[in-house]
Amino acid sequence: MALLEVDNLSKAFGGVKAVQDVSFAVERGLVYSVIGPNGAGKTTLFNLITGIYTPSEGDIRLEGQSIAGIAPHALALKGMARTFQNLQVCMNMTALENVMVGAHLQLDRNLVKAMLRFPGLARRDRELRDEARELMRFVGLESYWNLGASSMPYGALKRLEIARALAAKPQILFLDEPAAGLNSRETAEIDELVRKVADNNVTVVLVEHDMKMVMNISDRILVLDYGKKLTEGTAREVRENPDVIAAYLGSNV
Amino acid sequence: MSGVRRHYSLMLLAAVLLLLPLVLPNNFYYDIVIRMAINAIIALGLNLLIGFAGQISLGHAGFIGIGAYASAILPTHFGWHPLLAMAAGAAIASSIAAILARPIFRLKGQYLAMATLGMGIIIAIVIKNEAAYTGGPDGMPVAPIGLMGFEIAGEKQWYWVLAATLLFSFWAAKNLIDSPFGRALRALHGSEVAAQVMGVDIVRYKVAIFVLSAFFASLMGSVTAHYIGFVTPNIADFFHSIELVTMVVIGGMASIYGSLIGAVLLTALPQALSTFEGWETVVFGSILMTCMIFMPKGLVPTLAARFGRNGREDP
Repeated sequence: MALLEVDNLSKAFGGVKAVQDVSFAVERGLVYSVIGPNGAGKTTLFNLITGIYTPSEGDIRLEGQSIAGIAPHALALKGMARTFQNLQVCMNMTALENVMVGAHLQLDRNLVKAMLRFPGLARRDRELRDEARELMRFVGLESYWNLGASSMPYGALKRLEIARALAAKPQILFLDEPAAGLNSRETAEIDELVRKVADNNVTVVLVEHDMKMVMNISDRILVLDYGKKLTEGTAREVRENPDVIAAYLGSNV
Repeated sequence: MSGVRRHYSLMLLAAVLLLLPLVLPNNFYYDIVIRMAINAIIALGLNLLIGFAGQISLGHAGFIGIGAYASAILPTHFGWHPLLAMAAGAAIASSIAAILARPIFRLKGQYLAMATLGMGIIIAIVIKNEAAYTGGPDGMPVAPIGLMGFEIAGEKQWYWVLAATLLFSFWAAKNLIDSPFGRALRALHGSEVAAQVMGVDIVRYKVAIFVLSAFFASLMGSVTAHYIGFVTPNIADFFHSIELVTMVVIGGMASIYGSLIGAVLLTALPQALSTFEGWETVVFGSILMTCMIFMPKGLVPTLAARFGRNGREDP
C-alpha cells in the first residue's frame, strides 16, 4: 500500500476549478514532485492534502485511512508536516523557538505545569533546545540559532521552515517551492538538503518550479496543467512526454 | 533565554520590592504602590492575551468586576468565607470567559474588539442594575478578608501580600512564555496557519489564554475590593478596560516587564499630574500620544532595542 493515495480529487472556488479529478499515489521513502506551469493548481493540491482547504470531491488517504477534510492540527498528529511557498515563519520568535514549535505535539502542553515549571517539563524543554539546535545545524543554519527570525535573510527563512517541519519528526514532508526566490547556489544547497532529508527515511512531496532541481532529485514526477493531471512518471518519462513539452513550451502542432 | 538570566530579572524585581518599604514615607505612597501592583498583575494577564497571543480584549474590566462583586456580595448577603467567595468569583469569571470564548474567537481584529467590548459593557450593566445585591451605582461595602483569625488590614500588610503575588505572577508568566504552551501561543500570533500545521489547535489555545487572563483579572478584582473595603460599578466599566489595554500597549506588547512599567506609569502619572489642576487629562493624553508616536512598540521593547539586544527583548 502506498503511503499517500489521492483519488479523483477536485476543488472548485466558485466557478474556477483549481484542481480537477487528480489521482496519484506516493510510495514510502520516495521524493515525489509535482510540477506544472503557473496556476496549474500545485499549491491548491498541497493545501487540500494538508488540510488547509476541504476538497469539493474525491478522497485522500494516508496509510489507507481517509484524511480528506481533517483540520491541519489533527493531520500533524498523523505525521504530516509542510513548508509554505510564501513564508509562514513566526517573526515574533527566535529562529530556535520556531524550530521548537515544530516539536509541539511531542511535548507536555499542560498550562499549569508550564506556569509552575514542573521539573520534567523544564528538562524536556532543555533537551528540545539541543535537538532544535542540532536540526538547525542539519539544515545549515547553525550561525542563526540565537537570532530573532525577523532579522534572518530570505534564503535562511526558507531553510528554517524545513527545520521546523523536521522537528515534528514527520513521516511525510510537503515542501511548497523550497527553492523559489533563491539563487542557483542556494538552490543547489536546498537540492542537497532535500536529498539528505529523503535519506533519513522521510517521504518528500515537492512542488517546485526549478526544473533542474526537480529532474535531479525526484523519483517520480506528477505534471499538472489547468488543474488536471497531464502525466506521471520518472524524470526521463516526463521529460520525453510530448504533452509536457507542449504545456511548458507551447505546441505548434 | 538562559536559566541564569531568568533568575536575574526576577531577583532584581524581588530586591526592589524588598527595599521599597525603606523609601516609602507614608501610607499614601504605600497605597499608590499597591494599586500599581494590582494593575501590573492584571496587565500581565492581559499582555499574555494581547501581546503574546495577539488577541484583543476590550472588556477585561468586566472580569475584574465579577471578582470584586463576588467578594462583596457572597460574604455580605450569603455569609460565605471571603476566600471561598474569591474562588467562586474566579470560577464564575473563568466560566463566562470559557463559554463566550468559543464564538468570540472565531472573530478577528476589530470584530473581536467589538465582541469583547460588548461583553464588558453587559457585565457592567448587570452590576449597575442588580441594585438589591450590588447596591447599584452607589456601590457597596466589602467585608475584610483573613485566614484563621488573622485579618489583612492596613497598607503595610497589603503591600507584602501584593509584593508576593506580583513576584509569583511574574515568575509564572515567564515560565509560561518559555514553555511548549507559551511557544504555541506566540506561534499562533506569528502565523496561525503555521501553528496549525505544526499541530497547534489554535482555538483551544486562544480560549485557554482568555480564560486564564479572566481568572487573574477576577482574583485581582477580589483583592481590590477587600483592599479598598468598598466597591462601585466603575471597577467594571469600559474606561477601566481601556486603561488596562493602554498599560499593556504603552509598556510594550509581548513584554512581561512592559506590563509592569506600563502599570507603574499609568498609575503614577495621574497622581504626579495633579498639580496641573483641571488640565491633567490633557497632559496625560499628550504624554500617551507622544509615547505611541515615538515608541510604537512600547517603552520596554524600544529601550531594550536601543541598548543593543538584537531588537528582541527577552520576554
